[in-house]
Formats: sequence, C-alpha cells, structure tokens
Amino acid sequence: MLKQTEGSKAVAEAIALCRPEVICAYPISPQTHIVEALGEMVKAGELTPCEFINVESEFAAMSVAIGSSAAGARSYTATASQGLLFMVEAVYNAAGLGLPIVMTVANRAIGAPINIWNDHSDSLSQRDSGWMQLFAETNQEAVDLHIQAFRLAEELSMPIMVCMDGFILTHAFERVDIPSQEQVDAYLPPFEPRQVLDPAEPISIGAMVGPEAFMEVKYLAHAKQMQALERIPQLADEFKQIFGRDSGGLIRTYHIEDAETVVIAMGSVLGTIKDVVDEMRAEGHKIGVLGIISFRPFPLELVRAALIKSRRFIVLEKSLAVGMGGIVATNVRMAVSGTGLKGFTAIAGLGGRAIPKSSLHKLFRQAEKEELEPVTFVDLDWDAVNKQLEREKQTRRSGPIAENILHDKGIVSAKFG
Amino acid sequence: MPKPFAITLKPGTSLTNLTGTWRTARPVYLDRLPPCNNACPAGENIQGWLFHAESGDYEQAWRVLVENNPLPAVMGRVCYHPCEGACNRGQLDSSVGINSVERFLGDEAIKRGWKFAAPAVSTGKKVLVVGAGPSGLSAAYHLARLGHKVEIQEAGPLAGGMMRFGIPKYRLPREVLDAEVQRILDLGVTLKFDTKVANIEQSMQDGGFDAAFLAVGAHIGKRTYIPAGDATKIVDAVSVLRSMEGEDKPMLGRRVVVYGGGNTAIDVARTAKRLGATEAIIVYRRTRDKMPAHDFEVEEALQEGVMVKWLSTIKQAGEGNITIEKMALDEKGYPQPTGEFETLEADSVVLALGQDVDLSLLEGVSGLEIKDGTVQVAPNMMTGHPGIFAGGDMVPSERTVTVAVGHGKKAARNIDAWLRGATQEVPAKHELAEFDKLNTWYYSDADKTVRPMLDIIRRQTSFDEVQGGLNESNALFEARRCLSCGNCFECDNCYGVCPDNAVIKLGPGKRFEFKYDYCKGCGLCVAECPCGAIKMVAEDI
Amino acid sequence: MSFQPVKFYQTGTLTVGNRLLAQDERSVQANQMRSNSINSGHRACQGCGEALGARYAIDAAMAESNGQLIAANATGCLEVFSTPYPESSWQIPWIHSLFGNAPAVATGIAAAMKVKGRNDVRVVAQGGDGGTTDIGFGCLSGMFERNDDVLYICYDNEGYMNTGVQRSSATPPAARTATTMPVGPEPGNVFGQGKNVPEIAMAHNIPYVATATVADLRDLEYKVRKAMRMRGARYIQIFVPCPLGWGAASHDTIRLARLAKETGMFPVFEAEHGEVTSVLKIRNKVAIEEYLKPQKRFAHLFGKHAHPETVARLQAIADRNIRKYGLLAEGGN
Repeated sequence: MLKQTEGSKAVAEAIALCRPEVICAYPISPQTHIVEALGEMVKAGELTPCEFINVESEFAAMSVAIGSSAAGARSYTATASQGLLFMVEAVYNAAGLGLPIVMTVANRAIGAPINIWNDHSDSLSQRDSGWMQLFAETNQEAVDLHIQAFRLAEELSMPIMVCMDGFILTHAFERVDIPSQEQVDAYLPPFEPRQVLDPAEPISIGAMVGPEAFMEVKYLAHAKQMQALERIPQLADEFKQIFGRDSGGLIRTYHIEDAETVVIAMGSVLGTIKDVVDEMRAEGHKIGVLGIISFRPFPLELVRAALIKSRRFIVLEKSLAVGMGGIVATNVRMAVSGTGLKGFTAIAGLGGRAIPKSSLHKLFRQAEKEELEPVTFVDLDWDAVNKQLEREKQTRRSGPIAENILHDKGIVSAKFG
Repeated sequence: MPKPFAITLKPGTSLTNLTGTWRTARPVYLDRLPPCNNACPAGENIQGWLFHAESGDYEQAWRVLVENNPLPAVMGRVCYHPCEGACNRGQLDSSVGINSVERFLGDEAIKRGWKFAAPAVSTGKKVLVVGAGPSGLSAAYHLARLGHKVEIQEAGPLAGGMMRFGIPKYRLPREVLDAEVQRILDLGVTLKFDTKVANIEQSMQDGGFDAAFLAVGAHIGKRTYIPAGDATKIVDAVSVLRSMEGEDKPMLGRRVVVYGGGNTAIDVARTAKRLGATEAIIVYRRTRDKMPAHDFEVEEALQEGVMVKWLSTIKQAGEGNITIEKMALDEKGYPQPTGEFETLEADSVVLALGQDVDLSLLEGVSGLEIKDGTVQVAPNMMTGHPGIFAGGDMVPSERTVTVAVGHGKKAARNIDAWLRGATQEVPAKHELAEFDKLNTWYYSDADKTVRPMLDIIRRQTSFDEVQGGLNESNALFEARRCLSCGNCFECDNCYGVCPDNAVIKLGPGKRFEFKYDYCKGCGLCVAECPCGAIKMVAEDI
Repeated sequence: MSFQPVKFYQTGTLTVGNRLLAQDERSVQANQMRSNSINSGHRACQGCGEALGARYAIDAAMAESNGQLIAANATGCLEVFSTPYPESSWQIPWIHSLFGNAPAVATGIAAAMKVKGRNDVRVVAQGGDGGTTDIGFGCLSGMFERNDDVLYICYDNEGYMNTGVQRSSATPPAARTATTMPVGPEPGNVFGQGKNVPEIAMAHNIPYVATATVADLRDLEYKVRKAMRMRGARYIQIFVPCPLGWGAASHDTIRLARLAKETGMFPVFEAEHGEVTSVLKIRNKVAIEEYLKPQKRFAHLFGKHAHPETVARLQAIADRNIRKYGLLAEGGN
C-alpha cells in the first residue's frame, strides 16, 4: 500500500509485518521513532504475540536480543551512533554465537564531539564484527531490506544491520509502498532456529574455545558471509517476484556501461550523486555510479567487474579512518587491486555536513581530470583548521577546538566571546 | 540441524575429562571404632544397635545388641555404662543415654516376647558351665548359639549369681532378670540348680563334657579384725544382700553402720534404709572423690538419707556403739590415723570390704595358676589346664556384671575355636573414632534425656525400682542423639558436598562409593563427614 | 523431668540427607536421581565453592521447575570451568554470552518463553560477584526494575578469581587481592567501600531477595525453591568460598562459609518486596579471628606484624550485621 509516511514509521511497519517476537528498545536519536512506533503497535495489540522491552541501555538491548534469539524468538532492535558503540561487545557476541538478530542502525556520527547528525562512522566501526551490513538508499529500500534481512539472517543464522541514514531517511516523509502481510508471509517463513535453548534438548551455547578451534569458528563466520554473497542476489530476485520491485542485492549501478569515471557511495547520498551524474552526463561526461548495498559481505568481485571497464573511480564516503583515510575506499581498492585503475577517496558529510550538488560537481570534475589528492576532504574549512593548528603550535593550552573554530568563523555567542 | 561448530556443545560431555588425575590424596570410607564400643566390657556394638533404634526398628536394634550381650534389660539397669563415659557426645553436651536405651530395648523385648534365633547347626560338643551368674549365662548363651550343647551347673537354688544375690531389687527387679535368664534357657541350655561342682575334672568326666567354663563368682565376704564385744552384731555385706532373696530378711536394727566404700557398701546401706533403719551410716576411710563406688549411686544414697563418715576407720565395736578414728590423707593420698576418736551408736556393723572366690572346685586340677585368690587365665580365657576356661569375678579383672558378661562371650568364642582345634581369630581393632575426627556441627542440639526417678518417700520405704525407663518417644530421642562415631549413618553429606559429583549414593543401607575418575581429592567429604567415616590417603605418585 | 520435643532427627536438616526424615522432607541433593545439572569432569579447582553452590542451586531450581529450566551465565570461573570446548558440564539448556549481560540475556530468554506461551519453562541467570555486583550491575538493576521473570543467582566469592584474584565491590575490607596488596599502612582492601547488592536488590522492591551459603544446603534449597515458585525478578546471593583466591585449604570451603555466617560477616536472610522476612540465626557465635585465620588473604592481620585494630574493625562489621539483622537468637549465645 502506497503511503506518504516518515521513514521510521515505514520501517516500523515493515518490521511489524515480519512478525518479530521480541523487540528491545532504548532511545537514541535518530532511531527512536522506529521503536516508538513498534512499542505503540505492541501495546495496542496490533503486533502480537510480541514482547516489547524497554531496556536500560543499548548493551542490554543487544543482550536481551541475544537471549531471546537463542531461545528461538525472532528478535529485533534498533540503535545508532553512541548506542551502537555502547553495545559493541554484545554486537560481536551475537555474531560469534550466530544469532540471526536484525538491527536497524540509523546512521549517525560518533562523538566526541557529540553530534546527532548523519554519517556512516557508527556502522562502519562494526564492519569486522561479523554482522552483515546492508545500506539503504531510500526509505522504500529500507523497508524492503528489513524484510530481506530477516530472511537472510535466519537462513544463515547470522545477524544483520540494516543501515539507513539518520534524519535524512529516518525523519524524511516520502511515498513508500508498504507491503501486505500476505506478501511478507509468503516471503519470510517462520523462524526455525539452527540452535535453540530448549529443555527438551539441552545444549550449551557459548563455549570457551581455545587456539585449537578458534580460527575455524572465525573462518566459518567468514564462510557464511561468502554464502551470503550468493544468497543476497537470489533473495532480491525472489523479492521482486513477490513484491514486484527491484530492491536489495549487493550493488546497484547507474550509467556505468561506458563510464570512464565511476562514483562509488553508500546510502542516501547516492540520490544526490545520481542527480549530479545526470547533469554531467547531459554535458557529455562519461561518468557513472556504483552504489554499494551490501558492505558486509563486501562484493569484491562485483565491484571489480563493475569498475573494470572504467578508467578511474572516486569513493565518496561519510566516514573517516582517522590516520588513514577512507574506509569504503580501502575496501574498493582491495576489489580493484592489480587493475591499475586510478582511485580517489573523498570524505564528505561527516557529522551531518551537507553535501551540496555544487561540491559534487566540482569534486567529480577534478576526479575526471585526476587532479585530486588521494584523499580529499570535501568542503573542509581549511582556514579554520590551519588557524587551530597554528594556535596549537604556539600555545599548549590553546583552548577548546570547536569553540575556537566557531570563533574563527565569527559564530560566537556573546557569553563566550 | 547441525549445531554451530565449537561454540555450541552437547550437554554433560565433560564426563570425558577425568579430573581424578589431579588428585594427590584420595578419600576412602572406613569404619572407625566408636569409643562406646571400645569401652564396652561386653564388646557390644553400641553404635550398631543405636543405628537401628534411631529409625525406630527396635527389634533389629535388639537383635544387633544381643549378638554380643544376651541381657540388655539387666544391663540397662546395672551396667555402670563405661560407654557413656567414653561417649564423644559428652564433649559436646552430655553423653548419649546408651544405658537407658539399652534398658528400653531390653524391656521392649520382654514385653514383645522377642526370642533368640535358634542355633543353625549342632556341633555335637558338650560344654559345662559352672555358675549361673552373668558370666556363666553369657558363655552358655554364646556357646548355644554356636551350636554347642551347654549345661550350667549352679550351686544355688536360683539363677543370676551376683545379679540376684548382690544387687538389690530396687536396682534390678527380679522379674526382669528371670525373663532374660529364661530366654537363654529357651535356646536349649540346661540349668541344674543346687549342683555344687566339687571337682571340676570329675564333673567333666561324669557328664562327658568336652570343655568347661568356670564362673563361680566371688561370694565370700572379706573380713577384717575389729575388736568387738559379744553383743555387737557384725555381718558381711554379701550375706546381707543374699539373705534379702530368702524368706527371712536380715535383722540389722535401727542404727546400721556399713564399713567400706564400694558399690556394695552403698547397696547395703540403701537396703538397710529400706528395711527400716533410721540411720544408715557408711564409714569410709578416705574422701568422696577417692571412693570406688559410682558417684551417681553415692548421690542417690545421700538423697535417700544414707549418711557417710568420710576419713574414718572403725577401731572398736562395743555394745550398741562403735568407735571410729578420724583419718587424714598424707601427701601421697593415703589415709593416716590422727588419734582423734568418735563414738557412733550402732545396732549392727556390716562389712563391705570386698569378696573372695571359693576356689575349692579346682583342687587337684593340674596346670592351674592361682594368684591373689583368683585363677589366672590366658588372653583366650583358658586356664593353665587345657579345656578349662574361666571368667567373671574369679579371674583377675574389674568385678562388674558387664565385665563378667564380656568374659562369657570371649570364653565362649575361644572354647568354640578350641573345640574345633582352631585359634580364635580376633580381627584387628579399627582405629578409634576420636572426637577430633567428627564434625559435630551437623548434629542437632539436644541435651540428654533424664530418666524418671521414683519419689523419695517410696525410695526410702520400698524396694520398688528407683530409676524408671524411657518411653518409646524419648528412647527414640535418646537413640538419635548418637553421633554414630566412625560409622556411616547415611547422612548424604559426602554425596552432597562433593563439588565434582564424585560420590555415588548406592541406596538405603548400601552407603556410598567414590568415583575416583572424577574425585579431585579436595577433602571436603572428609571435612564435612559428621561422624569421621572417611579419611584421606595419600596417592602413590 | 525435662520436656522433649517430639520431633528430633539426629542431624535434623543440618546434613545433606537424613534417612530419618519423610521422603518429601528430604533435600534435592540427597536424591539419587538429582539432576546433577553441572556434571563431573568440570575444571573447577579442588574444593570449589562455586561449583558446589551452582549444583546446589540449579538442581533445586530443576526440581522445582520439573526440569523445565534454561540458564544464562555470565563470564567467569563458572563459565570457564564448565564449558571449555569441546566439553560441557551442563546438562540443562545453557548460554554464555558476556561478562556483564547475563541478566539481560535471561530477560531475553524469558521474553521468548512468554511470547511462545511456554510459561512452564523457567529462567535463571547466574554469575560471580564481579559479573553481578560490578560489570553486570547495570543489566541486573534493569532486570530488577522491569521485574522480568528471572531468578538471578550470584555466586559470591568476594573477588575476581578467574582473572587471578582481583578486588571486586564484594571484596571485604582488609582482604588481600592482586589489586589490594597487603602493603602500606592500611594493608589489603580498604574499609568503607563495596556494595551490598542484596540490599540494593531489595530497594527495587522485587518479589524476592535472599542470601544463602554453601554451608547450609537446606536453607539454600528452600530459598531457591521458594524463589522458583514466584514470578518476577528474584535475586539470591550465595556465599561460595574460593580456596584458591582466599588462600584456604580445599577442604575448608564449607567450614569457611559456615564461619562467615556464624561470625555475622555474611548475614543470611530473605526479603520479600523490599522487607526482610526472616533471618537465619547464628547458632554458635564465633569471634571473627576464627573465620579470618584459615585464610591467607587475611594472614597479614596476624603473626609478627599483626594488625589487631584491623581485626577489631572487621569484628565491628560483623557485630553491626548481627545488630542490624538480629542474627542472634533470643537469649542466644
């Protein structure tokens, strides 16, 4: 059913259609609206049987989900940013135990400085946690990926994060096609756990494993994600058959057939990028787009195949590996290693910094001309940065960075000025 | 569906990990010798019969008891219960009232008419027992149960020996004695009264006996020289007590002086009181704490109005009075005369200075050794003459009913061995279950049950039994005060406290076993065993 | 003649079993068919109080739930010694996730059981004092506050034993641990720190809070079974001496637990909805020295460089417990 709705609300409805049995909720912006909506559905009796648990922290949220999933209940939670970091130990544990929990990450920057706005540094910090990570470009895709995520997670018995950009998607009102219960039921069978805590057949889950088997356990987790590389496209095909639309998959390309320059990105920024690419194409630029939906498992071969005919690529990412550069870019470079393709990394949009089309136009044209540094910080205020660096060189106690920069920019409150 | 590799395990699979290899010492179950058993002159398995009494199975308790002693109702009245003196519970609150439970069991057996099991086989051997006192009766009983034909020849007209002629009936009612004697006779033991054995070898030959057990007791009262006028009545205690069993009660007068400090002195003084004496005075040359009589008997006598002149000797007996000399203890504790005299009114003086044995039946028997008026016996109770054994008061030992009963048992078992041409194999004594081997935390707090006493007026005027028995509920209570020292009573502590589940519970009556495959040797079972029935033994490593 | 109570059973309920008691009055541990929830072959140290306490508690919970029990376990000795790959000692469905999340994992299991309509399946969570009073405390408090249908059992051995005997918030004052060494003017763990989790649990007004020791099995079983008959959040803290961490003989585990109770150092009580409903009285009060001396972690308080004033401070703690909880019987000694 098509409706104009908030991204969070749409996702909540999609989750409800997946018949989750246990939902753990802890408030953190910008995922809050999702669990709020689910809580209301449970309380109203619209989503039943389902236990909605207001936990005391994200660590508890993931831990409760671990317990409920191990006990055979389809389990869901949502988080973002600091919340994801707060539950990290349990995030790794859920994956290590092979529990098919589905979690929405409403992507948001990580502090300090504390910042509630969107970037991808939270999810990407968990790229090696063993969770699969699917990035939604639109709210429609967020809805669809959650449905596919439950199917995939439970098939493989591995957890999945569905990542959607905080505020940009979660709080955006868009037209979304909410599927019917019949469609979801046809696509998503009831949860049949690979292992379950059951007095009728006792097992011990969570053994201590030493050097004699630890590597094998880790390899098996890796092998599952390799299996997912095969299953994700198949599940997207099946999804299309039932729901009638293309959604999901590992990657999505746009005008790359003849592209000499390919822009690579994840999430909602792909929309802006495509607009810019359309405009540049209209001007005759041979530029295309490669959207990565599945960051984990990372589709090395598909990415390589998509880029192999181009001459260069630029990864535009909302994350920064401090001291190194890009995170997504590093993964892409791995995919194309040995090809001789020229690659650029552009760090953009950190902490919710707007990524205007004008900046992208400029960036892509520089990329085409291969005039970029290996790592580019899009729209960075070099003046502010350099002044602070200078200050720090001169004075040990040079004061708070953020305030200094605001002062430099002339945005100073009377009180602190 | 296959479970995830390594992180998920099958239940209980740790059984493949044999943690027993960690052990440097292993616990082993053992039976230690309870101090009560160790102290019992009759060799009773006290802990063993209390175990059954604890669960209310009194018949089984009685049957275990009479394995060693056929006279529980008598014992429960006259035994001075050295068991209770040794009882570990005495160090906790007060000793278990073993004697009172024994009496309860004995009385219960009489009441219910429980009989001894008949001997399974007959050996065809004949054994002569001389004397129907406790030692002779005990020997006869054990010999009969071992399948021998037994005849008791008793010089007197009644059975019981000193149990009848030495112990007043207020301590041992005669119907109790008669019942227990009869039960022994019911085993097929022949008892001939008024048959004084004058020559043992002759009697054996005449009756075709293969062996003999002599237990004639010590019935001759010792005398001492007291200068006395004709009018003063001086008698010995044994005669007084013996005459209590006849038609004519002894005439002791209103003021009776008893000379001596043993249990017999007490018995005769208390008897005199009951016969109507207004004054019964014991004259004893030392102090109360040196007195050989048991303190509880002294106490009972004092309660009944018996008086005692401590540190006194009789110097002279006149007409209606005696002169006593005050004594003082020297530095070695011996009484020495002080030269200070006192006169007491006395209608009669009863000498309670001990008894001698009538050894006339042994005249001419070869190989015998007589020393200090008693017959010397080997550790197997055999005299120097092969086939003739002896026990009770006529051999050197403490003269108590219980010792005599013990002699009878020991002699019987050795006679049996001797008749088979074998030597009685005495199994090595188990190590003693000392108090420090116990973990007394586990026992419920419970003070000893006090047996009811007859009221004082009736004690002073009648020969009714002074000390009452326990009823079933307090006998059960008393039995359950037993700590079961050194012997497993299946409290399940070892089974429970093992952190490694390395103890197997075999079920009621079957106790426990260790699973040494898993026992790590922590020693918790030993530490927490209430009764000290487990010990640690170093492993050979 | 003194009055005798009608019922007297030699050892009463002090021993694990008692052949004189009626079948239905006997302990779970005395039963030949007890579940042995944690099986032989586990790798706990010799004389481990925690291994013992865990079997006592979980077997009792198994008995009360008719075998319909699932356990969540915090990281720690109990977890490590019971489930090193490839062997598990557990005979019940059991999950270990993390050090600090056992209460939450149990909440999740309970939620799953509820949503599946399996009201017959009961859930316990268990951990050591570190996992409970320190790192797992947030999750524990959350579980309490939501009144989730979980029985949480803390095996309190007063420190982080699995990691090599470090101080926890349950470590008593003056005790030597690897992080509170017996050096300096106030050797050992400092006074005036630590937390009383049973009382904090009571402050959540949960249906049931109790303490118990491995020295009194019947009391422990009574409390576990009682807790299992209730719904909602329940907490039992079981005192489990650690021979290794305390420097005590492996055979002294139960004795030390008994002394902890008899000195008043570890008050044994139960509380319902925030109110103490009963205390286990001291049977024979003993001075604190008797408890301290068998433990090397307190050895610096005695001997050549003795600290009698520190012993007195510990005695004062015990005395305060006795006063506060009324641990002495009326006219008791």
